[in-house]
Amino acid sequence: MKQKGRLIGGIAALALMAGMASAEGVKVGMITTLSGGGAGLGIDVRDGFQLALKMAGDAGAGVELIVEDDQQKPDIAVQLADKMIQSDQVDVLTGIIWSNLAMAVVPAAVAQGKFYLSPNAGPSALAGAGCDKNYFNVAWQNDNLHEAAGAYANSAGYANSFMLAPNYPAGTDAIAGYKRFYEGAAAGEVYTQLGQTDYAAEIAQIRNSGADSVFFFLPGGMGIAFMKQYAESGVDIPLIGPAFSFDQNILQAVGDAALGVKNTSQWNKDIDNAENAAFVAAYQAEYGRLPSLYSSQGFDTANLLLSAMAKADVTDQEAFRAALEAADFASVRGDFAFGPNHHPIQDIYVREVVKEGDIYTNKVIGTALEDRGDAYAGECKM
Amino acid sequence: MLLAEQVLNGLQYGMMLFLMAAGLTLVFGVMGLINLAHGSLYMAGAFACAAVAAATGSFWLGLAASLAAAAALGALVEVVVIRRLYARDHLDQVLATFALILVFSEGTRWLFGSFPLYLSLPPVLSGAVTLPGGLVYPAFRLAIIAIGALVAVGLFWLIGRTRLGIRIRAGEADREMIAALGVDIARLYTLVFALGAALAGLAGALVGSVQSVQVGMGEPVLILAFVTVVIGGIGSIKGALVGALLVGMTDTLGKALLPTFFAGFMEASAATSVGSALASMLIYVLMAVVLVVRPTGLYGARA
Repeated sequence: MKQKGRLIGGIAALALMAGMASAEGVKVGMITTLSGGGAGLGIDVRDGFQLALKMAGDAGAGVELIVEDDQQKPDIAVQLADKMIQSDQVDVLTGIIWSNLAMAVVPAAVAQGKFYLSPNAGPSALAGAGCDKNYFNVAWQNDNLHEAAGAYANSAGYANSFMLAPNYPAGTDAIAGYKRFYEGAAAGEVYTQLGQTDYAAEIAQIRNSGADSVFFFLPGGMGIAFMKQYAESGVDIPLIGPAFSFDQNILQAVGDAALGVKNTSQWNKDIDNAENAAFVAAYQAEYGRLPSLYSSQGFDTANLLLSAMAKADVTDQEAFRAALEAADFASVRGDFAFGPNHHPIQDIYVREVVKEGDIYTNKVIGTALEDRGDAYAGECKM
Repeated sequence: MLLAEQVLNGLQYGMMLFLMAAGLTLVFGVMGLINLAHGSLYMAGAFACAAVAAATGSFWLGLAASLAAAAALGALVEVVVIRRLYARDHLDQVLATFALILVFSEGTRWLFGSFPLYLSLPPVLSGAVTLPGGLVYPAFRLAIIAIGALVAVGLFWLIGRTRLGIRIRAGEADREMIAALGVDIARLYTLVFALGAALAGLAGALVGSVQSVQVGMGEPVLILAFVTVVIGGIGSIKGALVGALLVGMTDTLGKALLPTFFAGFMEASAATSVGSALASMLIYVLMAVVLVVRPTGLYGARA
C-alpha cells in the first residue's frame, strides 16, 4: 500500500514537472561555431544572445538555451540539429554562422515544424524560392552588405574592381551582390577555397590585374590572413569589403594594415539610439571587450524571440509566427522590419577603420543604402 | 611578371611542404612507422613560437622555441607511445597516432583557447623587397625559401656525410643487423623522431607567421605531406624535396593558370569555378600518374 502511494506520488510529481515544462517558456537550440578559425563569430553571437536574455531579467529566464559547437562542419551541424529536435525537443533553432551549414540544417528543421531564427547566415536560396514561413533572418540577406559595397564603390569613383570571395554559397552571393550595384568593369574575379589561409597566388594576380580597387569577402580567420599577407606584399590598391573582414573581433589581429579601409555594415557601435548605447555598455561590462557586428546580431535575435514570447505561446504556431513577423522589438541598429520573405529591411552604412587609443575600431561615415530589402523577395512564395 | 611571382609562390609552398615531408619520410623510412600525429608537432611548433614571441617580444626566440618544443615533444611522444608501436602493424600505428592528434588538439585548445593567434613578423623580414627584374615580393616568403634550401642542404649533409647519417641509412636497410653491431637502436629512433618533429615545428612556426596559429592547422598540411612522401618515394630525402617542389608548383600554378586557361573558351564565372575545382584536384592527379609510372615513387628504393 505504501509502495503504491509512493508510485502515485511519483507519477503526480512527474505530471507536475511535465506541466511546468510546457509553461516554462521556450526551449532554444543554438548551433554555432565555437572552435577553429571561425570561432570568434560564433562566440560573439552566443555572447550577444545570452546578454540579451540576461538583460531581460525574468522574461529572459523563460528561455532555456542549449548551445553546441558545430566546428564549422555541415555534417556535425546536421547531427546536432537532429539531436536537438528529437531528443532535446527544442521549439526554436538558431545560431548558425555559415551559409553552407545553414543550407544543410534549415530546410529540414523548418520542415519538422521548428522555428529557425538566423543570427547570421542568409543564403539567397532561403530568401527566394526556398523561403519558409518558419524561417526568419535577423541579420541580412547575404548579398546586402556587398550590394552596399558596390554602391559605395560607385560613389568613390572606382571603375575597375578585382573581386575575391571563397567558393561557397555566401561567397557567390557576395560577388553577385557587389556586381548588382557596382557599375564599373571587373579586373578579375577569383573564388578561393573556404578556410584557405595562404593568399600568395591571389595577391600575385591582384598585383598584376591593373585594378583600381579590390573588393573582398573573407570572413573570420581567412580575412585576417589575407589582410596581413596583403600588407606584407607591397600592393597598395585600396580595399573595400563588407564589415565581416573589418569587424571588432578581427581588427586587433589585423592591426595597422586595416586603418582607413572602408567597409559596409548594418550596425556599428556608434549608431545613435538608446538601445545601442545600453547594449555596447553592458557588453563591455559583461565580457570586457567591444561588441562586434555578430554580437549585435545575436543580441537582436534574442530580443526578437523575447518580443514574440511576450505576445504568444510557442505552441500556438500561427500566433507565434505573427508575433515574430511584427518584429516588435527595439533593434540596436535602429529601424528594423521584416520583408515579405522574413528578411530584414534596413539601412546599410559605410564605416571606416580608425584607431581610438590603442583599440582599432570603426566609425560610420555615411549611408550606402536606405531601407534596403533584398533581391530575392519576389521569388518567395509562402 | 605574374608567372615569375607565382613560381616563387610555388617554390615557397614547396619548401614549406619539404620541411614537413622530410620528417615524415625519415620516420616512415627508418622506423616503418606511419605517424599521423606529425601535423600535431607542426601545430606545437607554431604555438610554441607564438607563445614565446608574445612573452619575450622576439620573433627569433620564438623560432628557436618552436624547434626546441617540437623536438622535445617528439622525443617524449616517441619514448612514451611510439616505441610500443614498432612491432605492431600499420593499422595499430594509425589508430594510436590518430588518438594522439585528438589528445594534442584538445590539449592545445585547453591551453590556448579556440581563438587563432597571430604572430608579428620581425621588422627585418616584414614588407616587400624588389628583386632584380623589378619583381616585388614579400621578404618573409623569400626567407622561407632560403630556410627550406638551407635545411635541405643540411639534411643531405647529415644523411650522406656524418656518422649519424650512416646509422640512419643502415637502420633503414637492416635494423636487426645494426642492432647486432652494437648501435643503440632505441636511441637512434628517438633521435630521428625528434629531428623530424623539430623540422615540422619549424615549418609550423614559419607558416604560422604568415597565416595564423590555430588548433587543427596541422591536418590539411599533413595530407599534402603524405602526398609529397608518396610521390617522392618513401624514406628518400631527395624524393621529399623533389616531391614537395612538384606538389607546391603544381598546386600554385594550377590555381593561377587553370581559370585563365578555361576563360579562353568558357564564360567567366563558369571558367573560374571549373578552373579552381580542377586545380584543387591536380596534385592528386599528379600522385596517381607518378604511382602508375613508378609504383614506389620517384626515388623510392623498396618494392
